[in-house]
Amino acid sequence: MRFHLSEDQRALRAGVRELLARRFNAEALRAAVERPGLDRALWRELGEAGFFALRLPEADGGVGLGLPEAVLVFEEAGRVLLPGPLIATHLAAGTVPGAAAGEAVVADVDGGLVEWLAEADVVRGGGTPLPRPEEAVPLRSVDPLTPLHRWTGAETWPCDPVGVLLTAAEQLGTATRACELAVQHARTREQFGQPIGAFQAIKHLCADMLVRAETARAAVYAAAVTADALDIAAARLLADEAALRSTRDCLQVHGGMGFTWESEVHLHLKRAWVRAERGGGVTESEECLAAELVD
Amino acid sequence: MDLTDTPEEQEFRARLREWLAIVLPTLPPKPSPDDWPGRRAHDLGWQRMLYDAGYAGLHWPADAGGRGATPTQHLIFLEETERAGAPYVGAGFVGLLHAGPTIAAEGTAGQRARWLPPILRGEEVWCQGFSEPDAGSDLAALRTRARRDGDDYVVNGSKIWTSHAEVADWCELLVRTDPAATKHRGITWLALPMDTPGVTVRPLRTLAGSAEFAEVFLDEVRVPVANRVGDENDGWRVTMVTLAFERGTAFVGEVVACRRVLGELAREARRTGRWDDPVLRRRLGRLNAEFRALWRLTQWNVSEAQASGRVPGVGGSVFKLRYSHARQELYDAAADVLGDAALDLDRPWVLDRLSSLSYTIAAGTSQIQHNIVAERILGLPKGR
Ligand SMILES: Cc1cc2nc3c(=O)[nH]c(=O)nc-3n(C[C@H](O)[C@H](O)[C@H](O)COP(=O)(O)OP(=O)(O)OC[C@H]3O[C@@H](n4cnc5c(N)ncnc54)[C@H](O)[C@@H]3O)c2cc1C
Repeated sequence: MRFHLSEDQRALRAGVRELLARRFNAEALRAAVERPGLDRALWRELGEAGFFALRLPEADGGVGLGLPEAVLVFEEAGRVLLPGPLIATHLAAGTVPGAAAGEAVVADVDGGLVEWLAEADVVRGGGTPLPRPEEAVPLRSVDPLTPLHRWTGAETWPCDPVGVLLTAAEQLGTATRACELAVQHARTREQFGQPIGAFQAIKHLCADMLVRAETARAAVYAAAVTADALDIAAARLLADEAALRSTRDCLQVHGGMGFTWESEVHLHLKRAWVRAERGGGVTESEECLAAELVD
Repeated sequence: MDLTDTPEEQEFRARLREWLAIVLPTLPPKPSPDDWPGRRAHDLGWQRMLYDAGYAGLHWPADAGGRGATPTQHLIFLEETERAGAPYVGAGFVGLLHAGPTIAAEGTAGQRARWLPPILRGEEVWCQGFSEPDAGSDLAALRTRARRDGDDYVVNGSKIWTSHAEVADWCELLVRTDPAATKHRGITWLALPMDTPGVTVRPLRTLAGSAEFAEVFLDEVRVPVANRVGDENDGWRVTMVTLAFERGTAFVGEVVACRRVLGELAREARRTGRWDDPVLRRRLGRLNAEFRALWRLTQWNVSEAQASGRVPGVGGSVFKLRYSHARQELYDAAADVLGDAALDLDRPWVLDRLSSLSYTIAAGTSQIQHNIVAERILGLPKGR
């Protein structure tokens, strides 16, 4: 057993982090919120960097890496709130022309919802004939960077366990980022003549964020290694919990500032909410883990 | 990242499994939880069997009498013994899991030769005399005094919550050797033979009704200077080594046990029809995710430590925080499965539920672990 990152995996993570810092920093995030829409140039750049073709065999023009690498990449995407139907396009690489290279934007019907419908070149919906676009009703999405349509009548696209795992990886990125943001703020913001991070009430919130993120990390990475359905279900539960609770606590640590549109915190929280609805929801994961116990 | 066994690990696991299948049926029945001398004999007997088979002190360095096995092999050992229903370390806890490793790391050659083999052979039991009535979370506030008199320290004071004190041969004892020094400076780590004149043990009854721990009174107790591990007044540093072992590795084997209990709970719920309740079912499903993740976290920590050659460090606090809470949730769920039978002390899981309440207190409370994580891992400022 060597359950830690290899040198190559560390290098991959560093490379992706560097690319995203250059191409999608806090300013770009802010700008994207003000002018929603998919940045096609960035999408192609992600394609060139192998974001979508990561798991496609080299013989088919892909990068030929595995799930563990994909999980590391999507964790980084989650950290910076990279927008767009990243997972749907990644899953379509190799089947939908142009997806692997970042030329095509692919959206999936997930339950009754579709993310990024209006920007998509291809929409996939589980083999059933896709409803006409006019049957899709736009929602006022809670997350300013994830446009949503409700597409009733579309047969549910059976959720791909890999999609569930990659969503968990994004949630892990968010949980980690929430902890970092909270700690940064707690170190610098002063009240009562000292940094608020010196108060236990704040310290303990931050410590819990780390504990949640680290537990989720172990579960997500293990699921990436085994690709086992139950490991994936466990990873999704832990990662959802970490992202949902830690973004909320991060907001609390930021006080009034955390409640403003200007602060980045709400964007993390809202994206975590959107992701938590993907892939069949929490109930299904809980039930399948329960069923294992009596098998 | 790789979770499969290497060929050596496969071989190690297979041999261990074979051995367990042969010896476990020969083991005498488990004594009742209240029968401490019986439990001591049982636990030491098991340790002796491990020793004879070459499995004692697996994770200890070879020059300390251990097998120098990799941390991963230790994990496999914990996993397989628990799965096979082998006895838990029990009375051997302190000796095998933190006093022994501390002596291995900090003791002289003579001290290692004197104390380590009997721990491994299952001949001597250790207890931990750290806490005092006025020094629990604030351990460095301890007041038990030791004054130098020739080749002895003369110790006066008292310790509290000392687990296994009644049946222990030795105590890892923290004493204050320089009352004038600042709190953390004047402390010394001693090995005290529990049969020394002047040592009185008074059992304390726990909320579970049994006497798990005791008060230890020390009245003009003479401890040879040769029993000092580390330098005089350098005991706080040695203590940090002990606590790193205690929090870092001591509890990991129990995660496997919790996973087994969870399976038993689910089957019991199905037998009684409680399984049809989706709320309960989902709760157990979530606990399944929790203990799977805790096992993965253990594998991750162990693997990282193995790769970097480090002693388990403050990262153990992350595990302990999550685990102690999860264990309590597990037995609360058990109560839900049992219904009103959860009020019957003779039913399985009911005593475990009571004892799970200590997990967020013993070996450093959850509040203290939160402080450690926040200050030492996240770098938040110390409060005033
Ligand atoms: C079953 C069991 C077995 C034990 N076995 C041993 C043993 O073998 N040897 C040994 O030496 N000790 C042992 N202990 C003692 C254990 O380590 C202490 O109980 C523990 O460290 C807490 O100390 P205390 O009991 O004095 O509580 P206190 O320190 O008085 O704490 C009371 C409450 O105040 C909180 N608190 C205290 N300080 C802070 C702070 N700075 N910030 C926030 N909250 C704080 C605590 O979290 C707790 O909730 C055992 C305890 C138990 C329950």
